[in-house]
Amino acid sequence: MTRFLVRKAVGMLGVLLALSLIVYAVFYIAPGDPAQLACGEKCSPAQVAQVRERLGLDAPVYLQYAHFLQGIVAGRDFSAGTGLLHCPAPCLGVSYRSGEQVTDMITARLPVTASLALGAMVLWLILGVGTGLLSALRRGRLSERLLTGLTLAGSSVPVFVIGLVLLIVLCAQFQWLPFPTYVPLTEDPQQWFWGLLLPWISLALIESAKYARLTRSSMLETLADDHIRTFRAYGVSERRLVTRHALRGALTPVIALTAIDLGTMFGSAVLTESLFGLPGLGKLLVTSVGLIDLPTVVGLTLVTGFCVVLANVIADVLYAVADRRVVLT
Amino acid sequence: MSAEPLKAVSPKVEPVKAEPVKAEPLVDVRDLVVDFPVGDGHVRAVDGVGFTLEAGQALGIVGESGSGKSTVAYGLLGLHRGTGARIGGSVRVAGVDAVTAEGTELRRLRGGLAAMVFQDPLSALDPYYAVGDQIAEVVRVHRAVSRRAARERAVEVLDRVGIPDAARRSRSRPHEFSGGMRQRVLIAMALACEPRLLVADEPTTALDVTVQAQILDLLHELRAETGAGLVLVTHDLGVVAGSVDRVLVMKDGRAVEHGPVTQVLGAPREPYTRALLSAVPRVDAPGAPDVRDVQDVQDVQGAPAASSGGEVLLEATDLRREFATRGGLTRRAAPVTAVDGVSLTVRAGETLGIVGESGSGKTTLGRMLVRLLEPTGGRLHYRGRDIGALGEKELRPLRRELQMVFQDPVSSLNPRRSIGESVADPLRIAGEGDERRIRARVGELLERVGLDPDWYHRYPHEFSGGQRQRVGIARALAPQPRLIVCDEPVSALDVTTQAQVVELLGELQRDLGLALVFIAHDLAVVRQVSDRVAVMRAGRIVEQGDADTVYDAPRHAYTKGLLAAVPVLDPAEATARRHARLASATA
Repeated sequence: MTRFLVRKAVGMLGVLLALSLIVYAVFYIAPGDPAQLACGEKCSPAQVAQVRERLGLDAPVYLQYAHFLQGIVAGRDFSAGTGLLHCPAPCLGVSYRSGEQVTDMITARLPVTASLALGAMVLWLILGVGTGLLSALRRGRLSERLLTGLTLAGSSVPVFVIGLVLLIVLCAQFQWLPFPTYVPLTEDPQQWFWGLLLPWISLALIESAKYARLTRSSMLETLADDHIRTFRAYGVSERRLVTRHALRGALTPVIALTAIDLGTMFGSAVLTESLFGLPGLGKLLVTSVGLIDLPTVVGLTLVTGFCVVLANVIADVLYAVADRRVVLT
Repeated sequence: MSAEPLKAVSPKVEPVKAEPVKAEPLVDVRDLVVDFPVGDGHVRAVDGVGFTLEAGQALGIVGESGSGKSTVAYGLLGLHRGTGARIGGSVRVAGVDAVTAEGTELRRLRGGLAAMVFQDPLSALDPYYAVGDQIAEVVRVHRAVSRRAARERAVEVLDRVGIPDAARRSRSRPHEFSGGMRQRVLIAMALACEPRLLVADEPTTALDVTVQAQILDLLHELRAETGAGLVLVTHDLGVVAGSVDRVLVMKDGRAVEHGPVTQVLGAPREPYTRALLSAVPRVDAPGAPDVRDVQDVQDVQGAPAASSGGEVLLEATDLRREFATRGGLTRRAAPVTAVDGVSLTVRAGETLGIVGESGSGKTTLGRMLVRLLEPTGGRLHYRGRDIGALGEKELRPLRRELQMVFQDPVSSLNPRRSIGESVADPLRIAGEGDERRIRARVGELLERVGLDPDWYHRYPHEFSGGQRQRVGIARALAPQPRLIVCDEPVSALDVTTQAQVVELLGELQRDLGLALVFIAHDLAVVRQVSDRVAVMRAGRIVEQGDADTVYDAPRHAYTKGLLAAVPVLDPAEATARRHARLASATA
């Protein structure tokens, strides 16, 4: 187990290094001068040069990258006009545009995306796994058909369509739900919940069909296993066959998929966040890419990459917990 | 056709009708018909089978795959209910009607009155729970006892079936047991609620011969002790010989013959039973007069063995193979030695049999002989040349001459390629580019192994197990090899198919002068085909020599033990051997 975690941690570092290198490379190949952009259109060439020096953009690329890495490990200082700006570790740099520290920008927005992703996950698991189990165990009933139809419809429509329709119907027309806003959980749990409910529903509708399918096929497969037949032949009730002997095996692949989806959700909730005007990581990423704000983009890439890799490790561990035959090495 | 089952059934049914006062037998099956839904229609799996079984008695149901024997066994517990199968006739077990019983009564029947011992003990238990908990769960289904009492009962039955240190081992999960121990766990589960009937479905099929003997002895002992009835379903006539009182032979869903075990095995009335018996390879008499097909093979092989001057093709000296294993956190695990210093020679035109139980290293050895695996020690000479350490490039020209036939004819053929293409592969690899010549040669090969050359474009799933194994043999023959290693080539096949494939191998050897290495766990089959035999145990050859000598006058204690454990077809002899085993166990 320890060996497994150490190995994974080393692998994770490798992945993150590679990610940051790729993003750096892309930005240096892409057209556009960050110094010019940071300074503004009216800047004279002299002012642009000054900005370039202040941002450290005049140094060779490899040196800039080295400084960036140093910042993450030990922190670094930036010259900010007159004085020095200290950026403590883990320092992901300073935004070219706003002069804000990237680490601060990300930590401020992380709770929004985390709330969105985790809440949506709970909903999509309930809806998806529920539908999947129902369709495996109660094939052909009306409730099963309705739910399967709902999840299929949900996943075949893009989020901005579902989101917009829900927004118009639930918030504008009937006013059953408030318009989505983000209120921190620590401030007002109730408002946090109601403000995010609509985005959660939209995301859950999109994801749930996948989970319904997986749960269904995995459940049917497990129910056909020999050991289920054994316990049926010993008079164990059908309900208990499902809850005790089939569910655990059937849900293991669901655990793995959930962890991966959750990790991905941190980086790819862009559309949802933009649609509902939620100040999350995805929205920040889109804005920063447009502004060629290299430090912010690299920082965001690293953080979302970290989430994906971490989610995979968690999936592996959960897998091993669920199935004791799996040995982590 | 319909007269057959009636003939078999009537003698058992009549006494019941004649004496209605008599207590109901433990099992009373009449005119059982089972139809399984297939596509739009139904296929009849069991067609008018009937028998009775008294408490304390044992009935063996034997037949080849697809004969419907397991379907009958499942019917005893009403396990076809809710599967879409149509059931006809009546099945009464311990006073419960298994065809119509519902809810609580049906559940009482299952496990409480009659309990099933399943085959394939790895998949028949829930991988997620400790075996003790699984047995306790069954106890609590049938008895209103506390969790703790149920758990105690589980340990008790585990101990009874011979699981050492049962209290501790009851907390282990199925994968932590060996195959034989898992089978014991399944028997313990069946015993847990003291049922009046045990139904065992191929309980020893996946087990080694010595373990098989132990399990059969255990079932025998338990029956004597508890007075329960036993229905033993198996494809192996040797298994029933020493374990049951009566035998029901099934074919295509019908009862072909039914009677006391001594009569059915000793003086069978029906031609099918006789054919089945004659196809069973015998470890005690290789050229038994009634085994016509097999005798041919023996005669054939007598020739090269007699001359015995064939060129030495393959010579292994002190051959070894170790496998690295995953270590723990701090310590590096010691490598596992699969083959531990094996020396042998294979001559042109002879068959070397290698027997051993699972884990003895026989497959690893076979793979090294054709250099699918690289030895980690020792030397391997092929026609005087050291090939033990040759690289893949240098081996390539030799690959043609060293071929292999695999155990599982299903997974060793690509299901998405036609059988013709599979056979043509080695030809293409050898550089043959002319499509017409390839077709002609594949046609020849298919014909040679007894298949229709026009089947080139058919796919593996269209063939039976025996036919697929023939395709595998044709593929091995394609590059005109000098030596073929056959790894358990017939162990997945029915006994009659087995005899045919064995005959084919013998024929090919005679015609083509091949050297064969025949690896199998079945001692009888190995005796049938081999000129010389090597007995493997724990990576070493414990005894090697002329087949008749090894079998008739074994020198090593392990060989003697193996031979003593082989099921025999003579019920009296089987009983005598059981007593001998028990006596030596208690001594």
